[in-house]
Amino acid sequence: MYVAVKGGEKAIDNAHALLAEERRGAEEVPELSLAQITQQLALAVERVMTEGSVHDRELAALALKQAQGDAVEAIFLLRAYRTTLPRFGASQPIDTGAMTIRRRISSAFKDLPGGQVLGPTYDYTHRLLDFALAAEGAARPEVKAAETGLEPSPRVTDVLRHQGLIEESGPGADIPGDLTRQPLNFPAGRDLRLQNLARADEGFVLALAYSSQRGYGNTHPFAGEIRMGEVAVELVPEELGFAIDIGTITVTECQMINQFKGSKTVPPQFTRGYGLTFGQCERKAMAMALVDRSLRAEELGETVTAPAQDQEFVLYHSDNVEASGFVQHLKLPHYVDFQSELEMIRRLRRENAEAVP
Amino acid sequence: MAYAANENDARRLWMGVLAQSAEAELARLWSGLSGLPGWDHLRRPEVGLVMVRGRMGGDGGPFNLGEMTVTRCSVRLENGAVGHAWVAGRSAAHAEMAAVADALMQDPAWRDVVGQKLVAPLHRALAAAQEQAGRKAAATRVDFFTMVRGED
Repeated sequence: MYVAVKGGEKAIDNAHALLAEERRGAEEVPELSLAQITQQLALAVERVMTEGSVHDRELAALALKQAQGDAVEAIFLLRAYRTTLPRFGASQPIDTGAMTIRRRISSAFKDLPGGQVLGPTYDYTHRLLDFALAAEGAARPEVKAAETGLEPSPRVTDVLRHQGLIEESGPGADIPGDLTRQPLNFPAGRDLRLQNLARADEGFVLALAYSSQRGYGNTHPFAGEIRMGEVAVELVPEELGFAIDIGTITVTECQMINQFKGSKTVPPQFTRGYGLTFGQCERKAMAMALVDRSLRAEELGETVTAPAQDQEFVLYHSDNVEASGFVQHLKLPHYVDFQSELEMIRRLRRENAEAVP
Repeated sequence: MAYAANENDARRLWMGVLAQSAEAELARLWSGLSGLPGWDHLRRPEVGLVMVRGRMGGDGGPFNLGEMTVTRCSVRLENGAVGHAWVAGRSAAHAEMAAVADALMQDPAWRDVVGQKLVAPLHRALAAAQEQAGRKAAATRVDFFTMVRGED
């Protein structure tokens, strides 16, 4: 328990002024613009949008600038800002099958309609520091454009589905549950679990996904497909009564294909795990898909033995704003609590000393 | 530019083009329109959030992915035509231009001019950007060869 304290206003003001000075850094170095952050630190911006759960590049860039690049603090700032805005409604579900593809790979099929498209990737780079980037204005290799664009690229899961080799996703509810509107209850439906994982801390989800691969509830996954690109967001305004495009967003989708499940009536089929993020958050989308599949253990008749399969453990600890708040609340004054503990330990020691002859 | 026979489909198309276009490009073409009628706000530009939904497994039931900022605006032209706009982001100016353009596109006296000078060039720019991105992506398309393992 912590108690209210008074005073310290002047020290707080001075601390914040000091923070502003540190944030700005040396005056002779040009200040970062939001455009520089959105353009040149795009993956940081996209992580903040995904976990902050608000798609707005400029706001995410501002949050990063204000937080001196601290992703979790920036995510907190974005979450706080969203509470100041009204909710106009919900979009039609985005159609990732109709994505304008910029990257699309499958580790399950070598040849697939639409092909393997690497796009802007860190895969196959040597992970050697590039000192040419340290010098501003360095030349970069020329970007090539093919004669023609890509042919239609059906989702890998659609291909398997047409052959009956993979489970159906199921229609779900017309209106999905919303964690931002109602408290989480267990067992939580897959709609709520996916919403939770989409906003979850990347590090936490990544570690859980890794644990599942190492044997804590293994699901035998293949990266059936990863695709990244642009999708239109459609909404039906009340005043119109038909759907319109309100903008285009970049998303990353991961379809994990996992080992089989069958029964006396249904022949064995591959099972699935799903990941979806704003922007280009590929590691997060992959980890999310692994954890989504792990969390389906009970539904698929598997014994729940590992942390990644435990709904309460995963969903209650995945949010970095909540986690950061609870860990950091330990900085608040606990003076009264601690005084009582001090008194207790002194009494115990006194009793101990008196007991010794 | 040609519009679909169905008025709603036609409107869907131009509203989508107006929403998806870059604000700077919209403003540049807007400044080339002259003698526009006056308008009143039915709804001043208002910033809010829309919950973006995905589908479980990409093809199943819906789930909430996260919100996006959106600005909406509604206007009435002097001659009574009403226009609406819902535009991603927080730009009041973008939403207002889109709403006025939507009203003008429904006005027979303005449709041709606004269609030709505003909507068509924006549509072409969007299509060109999409085509260019597609050709750059296509240049990164690979064919993996599985190597024959050296097993006798």
